[in-house]
Amino acid sequence: MLESFQIIISLLDSTIRIATPLIFCAMAGIFSERSGIIDIGLEGKMLLSAFVAATATFLTGSPVFGLFAAILASCSASLIHGFACITNKGDQVISGLAINILASGLTITLGIALFSRGGQTPPLASEQRFMPIDFPFLDQLSFVPVFGELFVEVISGHNILVYLSVLAVFFTYYVIFKTRFGLRLRAVGEKPEAVDTAGISVIKMRYQSILIAGMLCGLAGAYLSIAHGAGFGREMSAGKGYIALAAMIFGKWNPIPTLFACLLFGFLEALGVRLEGVELIWIGEVPVQVMQALPYVLTVVLLAGFIGKARAPGAIGVPYSKEG
Amino acid sequence: MKNSENKGGNEEIASLPPSTDSAIELKNITKRFGHVVANSDVNLKVRTGTIHGIVGENGAGKSTLMNILFGLYKPDSGMIFLNGQAVDVNSPEKSIALGIGMVHQHFMLVPTFTVLENAMLGNEGSMLLRSGEEVVLDRLKGLSNNYGLDVDFEAIISDTPVGMQQRVEILKALNRGAKILILDEPTGVLTPQETIGLFDILRSLREQGVTIILITHKLKEIMSITDTVSVMRGGKVVANFSTEKTSPEELAENMVGRKVLLSIEKPTLKVGKPVLEVKNVSHESKDGVLVLKNISFDLKEGEILGIAGVAGNGQSELLDILSGIETLQIGQITVNDKTILPFQDWNSKKAREFGVAHVPEDRHKRGLVLPFYNYENSILGYHRNENYSSGFLMDKRKILNFVDDLVENFDVRPRSSSISSGKLSGGNQQKLVLAREIESNPNILLVGQPTRGVDIGAIERIYEDLMKLKSKGTAILLVSVELDEIMSLSDRIVVMNQGTIVGETNSSNATELDLGKMMSGLEQV
Repeated sequence: MLESFQIIISLLDSTIRIATPLIFCAMAGIFSERSGIIDIGLEGKMLLSAFVAATATFLTGSPVFGLFAAILASCSASLIHGFACITNKGDQVISGLAINILASGLTITLGIALFSRGGQTPPLASEQRFMPIDFPFLDQLSFVPVFGELFVEVISGHNILVYLSVLAVFFTYYVIFKTRFGLRLRAVGEKPEAVDTAGISVIKMRYQSILIAGMLCGLAGAYLSIAHGAGFGREMSAGKGYIALAAMIFGKWNPIPTLFACLLFGFLEALGVRLEGVELIWIGEVPVQVMQALPYVLTVVLLAGFIGKARAPGAIGVPYSKEG
Repeated sequence: MKNSENKGGNEEIASLPPSTDSAIELKNITKRFGHVVANSDVNLKVRTGTIHGIVGENGAGKSTLMNILFGLYKPDSGMIFLNGQAVDVNSPEKSIALGIGMVHQHFMLVPTFTVLENAMLGNEGSMLLRSGEEVVLDRLKGLSNNYGLDVDFEAIISDTPVGMQQRVEILKALNRGAKILILDEPTGVLTPQETIGLFDILRSLREQGVTIILITHKLKEIMSITDTVSVMRGGKVVANFSTEKTSPEELAENMVGRKVLLSIEKPTLKVGKPVLEVKNVSHESKDGVLVLKNISFDLKEGEILGIAGVAGNGQSELLDILSGIETLQIGQITVNDKTILPFQDWNSKKAREFGVAHVPEDRHKRGLVLPFYNYENSILGYHRNENYSSGFLMDKRKILNFVDDLVENFDVRPRSSSISSGKLSGGNQQKLVLAREIESNPNILLVGQPTRGVDIGAIERIYEDLMKLKSKGTAILLVSVELDEIMSLSDRIVVMNQGTIVGETNSSNATELDLGKMMSGLEQV
């Protein structure tokens, strides 16, 4: 009994750690796609900013500097995306795909050129990373049954970016649904003509949205390499950008349901890791690939059957042009 | 014919200094799109607190001119004066700031937003929606009461009727302080009752000093609500009138550039043997509703049979069955002595083989593939014809030859086989569909709403083509919701109401009043 409680606690703990970059990226996706710009470049932006964060931190020794460098890198990628598909009305999927390919190649090439470690960056020392923060009164609380344990193991003891990701969800919700900017952002993703004729620049709105998306992706990347990890490893984003995209669709482009989708996918991955090599009754050992595929399978199944149709923003993927 | 090219004079207006009692004055506006000149040296003057109509056929440049005034398009040359002041309207933002509001033909509303959110977009009152909503809602409610703009602020736009959507558009403009309101074809989507409501609103706006520009191609509306009117043709303003001093005939003449026959000469022709016989046809829709009940009629060679009725009384389903789109469920159809029984192999390919051609009611949905080129659309449904294909491959040269003749003979403008049909005006799209069907030499032609969204010049041409076909002996079944059209084209008229034929009459002794009564189901004949 006590042991299975311990297992659950540790599962929840890793769920949160795994879900953090998903949450940042999914929120980035919401900002971008709510404004009408498909963003499959989440993956690439996260990878690029993970590399830049690790490199900048290694070179300067300051994780805060690394974080800002990551955001800058990710925003630059956003601007490239914007220049291709907002200014020049290119295909948004192709442009996003290009960013992913570019990030994948560029990080390895630069990594090898700079550090000659097979694409990895040198390991960072503890003081060069965002380290876990322990909440006050832990000692007293740990005596409280269940809740105390939950608080100490699951809620407390994460790095600052984990808590920031939760804030990012509320930030996203608030901005999108409660502010003038959000109203215009949603309008521009549904019916850009309506925004244009209301005297608001569609182009400007969309650039602002993808820049916010860039910032959030930068946080996701920094989390991977200078908070959760201690350095950059090649392809370290490992498809998390796509899972975040799935979570966003799963959450129907709404921040709160998307948060839960991210947590669900995080939980599945944590479970997969936990079950690796474990014999299950009746089933036997589950291949690790099956667990890795679960989030995708789940998205398809749930979207197809259980939650009803996910309705994308009306003007998504369509470049805006005035004259004809 | 009085030539009005210079009447009320473009030159005269141009030479006057900008006067202060005119809310709007446009001077020498020219706008090109590529090689197409959409507006050429246009002058326009509208007095403050009046309703000014702009009429013209599709493509005459009305919408372009208004989009320039609203700042959506940049003119290549020309000047705009508001209240006597030269202004540079280079964006909607600027024009809104200058007090210009526009209600576009296709509404600029976000379908997933509420009425309130749509009305406040662009002038939200505050950075935060909650505090802004209070301010804006108060203001909007005031405007709504003032001008009789009745809306439900909580409703989601996609759930509201078009009439309300239009009122939201007007509110949206007023919310941003519009003193000049441009309405582009506002009545195209409205029922007659809604149109009356809209005009009441426009009149009360005028009383409070709002200047209104009304773009339309419906002359009846111009006559009933405007104070002054300008006629546009080929990108130019060709005439200006005071509404009291003009007539629909004069306006039509200026729109088209020649005298327009609004009445039709019916060739007197003796009708031949029946080619289409419909016996006791009933039909159940997918939702299990009986949409056709026991329909029987026949159609003879050289005859035009009009089917009148308010839209949605079974006419569409009847056309679908006759053209092979829907399966025949109950009853019997005889086409050129071939009998079709329920659930038999009957489809649109077969219909064509039997000599039935079909001009569908909705040309965008069923008549054309809009992004396709004219030459592709011109053979849709006839693509198996060996004239156009050699087995597996299409013979593009033959098709192009055929289509070049087609657009010439049926006056499809622009006369190009390689322009995508979506770029044509409604009238020219309809001419293209009609041309395709007529060229297949049918002996039965089914026509649904031949002039919906079609301008006067094209209507005249379409009527002519139908008459020509009739005199060749083709039997024509005409379904239309326009009573005038039914009465002037048909030899015989049947009236449908709730899926049944409620009456039949000879068109020579039909009156609008009698038909109207039958259509509303009040009277059986």
